[in-house]
Amino acid sequence: MLKKSLIAGLGLGIALATGAAYAADPLKIVYIGKNTGNPYFDSITGGFEDACKELGCEFEFVAPATAEATSQIPFIEAQIQRGVNVIAIAPNSPDAMNQVLDDARSKGILVLAVNGDLVGNEGHRDANILPVDFTKTGPNQVELMGSLIDYKGEIAILSATTEAPDQNTWIAAMKKTLEENPKYKDMKLVATVYGDDQPEKSTTEMEALLSNYPDLVGVIAPTTVGVAAAAQVVQQRGIADTVHVTGLGLPSEMRDFVKDGTVTAFQLWSPYNEGWLAAYFADGVIKGTIKNEVGGTFEVPNLGTITIGDKNVMNTQAELTTFDASNIDDFNF
Amino acid sequence: MTAADARSTPSTMRDAAPARPRWQVLLIRPETMTFILLVLGVIAGSLLSPFFLDIEYILSSFTLYAEFSIVALVLTMVIIAGEIDLSPAANMALSACVFAWLQQAGLPIPLAIVVGLCSGLLMGALNAYFVIGLQLPSIIVTIGTLTLYRGLAQVIAGDKSIRVPDWFIGIDKIMIAGIPLPVVIFAILAVILGLVLGGTIYGRQIYQIGTNEVAARHAGIRSARIKLSLFLLIGLVAAAAGIMTASRLGSVRYDLGLGGELQMVLMAMLGGTYIFGGRGTILGTFLAAWLLVIVSTGMIVANVLPATQLCVLGVLLIVSIIATNFIYSRTQR
Repeated sequence: MLKKSLIAGLGLGIALATGAAYAADPLKIVYIGKNTGNPYFDSITGGFEDACKELGCEFEFVAPATAEATSQIPFIEAQIQRGVNVIAIAPNSPDAMNQVLDDARSKGILVLAVNGDLVGNEGHRDANILPVDFTKTGPNQVELMGSLIDYKGEIAILSATTEAPDQNTWIAAMKKTLEENPKYKDMKLVATVYGDDQPEKSTTEMEALLSNYPDLVGVIAPTTVGVAAAAQVVQQRGIADTVHVTGLGLPSEMRDFVKDGTVTAFQLWSPYNEGWLAAYFADGVIKGTIKNEVGGTFEVPNLGTITIGDKNVMNTQAELTTFDASNIDDFNF
Repeated sequence: MTAADARSTPSTMRDAAPARPRWQVLLIRPETMTFILLVLGVIAGSLLSPFFLDIEYILSSFTLYAEFSIVALVLTMVIIAGEIDLSPAANMALSACVFAWLQQAGLPIPLAIVVGLCSGLLMGALNAYFVIGLQLPSIIVTIGTLTLYRGLAQVIAGDKSIRVPDWFIGIDKIMIAGIPLPVVIFAILAVILGLVLGGTIYGRQIYQIGTNEVAARHAGIRSARIKLSLFLLIGLVAAAAGIMTASRLGSVRYDLGLGGELQMVLMAMLGGTYIFGGRGTILGTFLAAWLLVIVSTGMIVANVLPATQLCVLGVLLIVSIIATNFIYSRTQR
């Protein structure tokens, strides 16, 4: 009896397998996120979906339950088995997926790293799409701060951990910008403190800043946890008119602070555009209209001319996006 | 093929012979339930996705779980003996880190493998010392050593990954009669351990220790020696599994196999091993490993949401535990 049902099952499976063989016409793109339940990826996915509506491709988003180094491997294998044309992935590891990504590429699948790269193993993917040129982050943040405080007064930085590589690069660039650009000569950086990306510690550090530097007019927090904690302190004390908080934040977390005037403006990039660009790029490469070569350029609606940079890296935007009361409702991540 | 392999073992594996009709002895067993679930899993997988029922794909997916499955076979024997070992996944990581670090430092690969395997033995010996020598509960001891081994792995490898040479990469791509090598190793080990557990005095003594250790000792069974051998064996096999994982991934990080201990316990439980010892078979774990692969792969290739996947696995586990307990309570000798 068991044998019978097994045979029946096999037969049914084979029937289904042959039945679906013809459905391979439109371009099939899949995006493998770091993990599920991360609103940041909903926004990237939104870009893919909208672009695929324009381009007529099929799109699906999948992600493992945890962002552990090897958790994406079964998903990549499954997508190879499904016969997709393009695998876009936000890699959880710079090298654990080298072998399986090579398998995918050897089967003719275009492999794109989106919102993160295989650092040191760039040869195992075809191209990389990053939101923004990170050398612009520091200067952009200083300019936004300056515009909020009329380019004069004491400011401080509330960062993540002392070792955070991204933040430290940005802070170094901020210091350089403040020193070298005469536009910012009246702005004085008095302190850099570290909230370790923990809400409680960030709050304590913010309160310490306020008591140690009574003349403080601005705080830049280039981390999503820090900027939300700083805004919370300013909101509770009702000092939004004297101390201006800005930094890199998530619109979903900052919306209330912007609506009640605690925070005038903050910045980040648009994850949506990463999905949008990736889909247009993939479509172009597969159809042969875009050549995936360093130095090549192509046009993408709404984004303009995109240049393929060193190691086949592309950025969706040159400068950070500024969020304020006028546009914050357009973003959901 | 696999079902045929598996079917040849049960008659040799009866632990005791109650006075019941022969068909009951053969059919009312937890392994039967695992087998039925496996068949249902294959049917459900084929219904969910037309891409599922492809033996090559299923075999290559099994290589992702093969290392855990191999360790789960030995873990089954440990559990039958009334103990548990939760440290093998961390052991895999530490052994692989030791191996990778040594070969990077210039030691020839075969020698590095030997040292890696010895470190696995040593970890098994340490567990055995605490459990047998100091008479501590194995669940607490191995939770402790699981953290310790994982920590040491991080000390050795840091946050970086260690590459292994190109020629060493790809154990999962070596085919023996069309079957990937890790799957072959798993099947061979299952047959050997199945024969040892079901057909030797040593195997019978393992069941007796698990059923009633005091009685077993009074009957002249050297329980300490047998348990020591089991802890050493699981340490050695875990180290081998860790080095196999290194070959499959091409690089080693301290987080290799993170969370694998739960998968291993899951396989043993799904296969009808009784958590309090004295009951269970290698056949059951063998079938359960396939069940887990079939169910996971079937859902991943059908793009089922990870949350749903977790629920299904949880329900499977609970069903199997209830069924196991029910069957054992009805078939008391």
